[in-house]
Amino acid sequence: MTDDAAVQRSSRRSFVNWLLGTTVGATVAAALYPVFRFVIPPEVAEAPVNRVLAVRLSELSPNSGKVFRFGAKPGIVVRTAGGDVRAFAATCTHLNCTVQYRPDFQHIWCACHNGHYDLQGKNIEGPPPRPLETFRVDVAGDDVYVTRGA
Amino acid sequence: MEIPRRLWQALDERLQLQPLIEFAADKEVPQHRYSWAYYFGGLTLFFLVVQVVTGILLLLYYRPTSEAAFESVQFIVARVPFGWLIRSIHSWSANLMVLAAVAHMVSVFLLGAYAKPRELTWWSGIALVGVAFGFGFSGYLLPWNELSFFATRIGTDMVSKVPLIGHWLLTFLRGGEEVTGATLTRFFGLHVAVLPMITAALIGLHLALIQRQGMHVPERLAEEARRRRPLRFIPNFVLREAIVWLAGLAALAALAAFLPWELGAKADPFAPAPAGIKPEWYFLFMFETLKLLPAHVLGIEGELVGLVAFTLAGLAWFLIPVLDRGAAAGRRSRAVLIAGLVALAAVVLVTGLSLAGVLS
Repeated sequence: MTDDAAVQRSSRRSFVNWLLGTTVGATVAAALYPVFRFVIPPEVAEAPVNRVLAVRLSELSPNSGKVFRFGAKPGIVVRTAGGDVRAFAATCTHLNCTVQYRPDFQHIWCACHNGHYDLQGKNIEGPPPRPLETFRVDVAGDDVYVTRGA
Repeated sequence: MEIPRRLWQALDERLQLQPLIEFAADKEVPQHRYSWAYYFGGLTLFFLVVQVVTGILLLLYYRPTSEAAFESVQFIVARVPFGWLIRSIHSWSANLMVLAAVAHMVSVFLLGAYAKPRELTWWSGIALVGVAFGFGFSGYLLPWNELSFFATRIGTDMVSKVPLIGHWLLTFLRGGEEVTGATLTRFFGLHVAVLPMITAALIGLHLALIQRQGMHVPERLAEEARRRRPLRFIPNFVLREAIVWLAGLAALAALAAFLPWELGAKADPFAPAPAGIKPEWYFLFMFETLKLLPAHVLGIEGELVGLVAFTLAGLAWFLIPVLDRGAAAGRRSRAVLIAGLVALAAVVLVTGLSLAGVLS
């Protein structure tokens, strides 16, 4: 066998190996792609909720708060000791817990990692890195409406 | 006696089992002043067996949906004969298993048994501890109570901080944007199918490596181990291990019977996180550290700094056999030993202070 023949043979061999390798690779990729897509659930079409009736004013005494359902996420309405009604996203900006109003502190508090927010939703103590998202509040008679994007 | 003997003969003829019997009969365990550390691995295995058995029993009644999970556990605890016991044993044994695994890991670290040629045993062991944490985290959610709901919100939210793929991971784990019934179903699948399969493979590897390489004897105890007569594995070591297992069973039975595991209140996704919320004790050091970190460290979000630090520390712990190459030749790195001891002391201190209620 001449050198030329040997070179040709080895390049044929490497071509076949390359072909086999890409075939195996493509088969594995073709099997894994649907799996990767399958594990992420599809978006469920849900009408975006931008305004909800959060609470009745008569049920919310001064210096108290209530967590309400705002679409898929929790929100919190707070009635300050002075009687003002305010609303924020109730999801703590630290690690996703749900915050609550603490009448003894007279501000918003997260039980999970001891985070504190003032009555403007600003993070004032503890680990939370950002303020809570603020919502617009409309009081119509006894109904407290909360609107996103205020 | 005739039938078993002939059965054995038939099997041996076909499978040549005699060498395995000889291997088991010749197996010895070295004796020195720290050879009690050799029993922790077996104890971990005992609690794992308890987990498998009680887990299968719980599967007979448990229903993995957000509507039915809490009620099904309530049914197990309140109505099913000995249901309270089986569930309590499953919870307590999980904790004792993690405790035994951690004791095993720390003793391996202290005795330097991770050194070449046992790197793979160390790595498979660390992977098993990781899987045990995965079992703990996923199993914690299954009763669908208040505490577990928020613990899962926190734990999965941490994952979202991973660069680039964080949000993908979060959606993968939660089965959506929020912790819902979809998350429960996923965690259930993970807990009863995926993790057990990984565990079986890893334990098979871990035990095969130990059989292949034999027990490690620390360099400075080699002389003592040579002087003292080794213990025969069968029957002496096996019998002693049986005593340890019996002690484990006694502790487990006492804890499960006298301190039955609480079920708590059903999770309400639209209620605030309850005051006094805490994760399982083996996540306490992370939990407390994240609480103590300020909102920003050098302009970076505090929790991110904490999570990066935990990841790097975990990676360093995993890479100890590589970081301490001299250990194979009996020259252990003082830096690695001291860093490891400081890290262990910090974890024990923070966990202890948290359990004692000093940190809150």
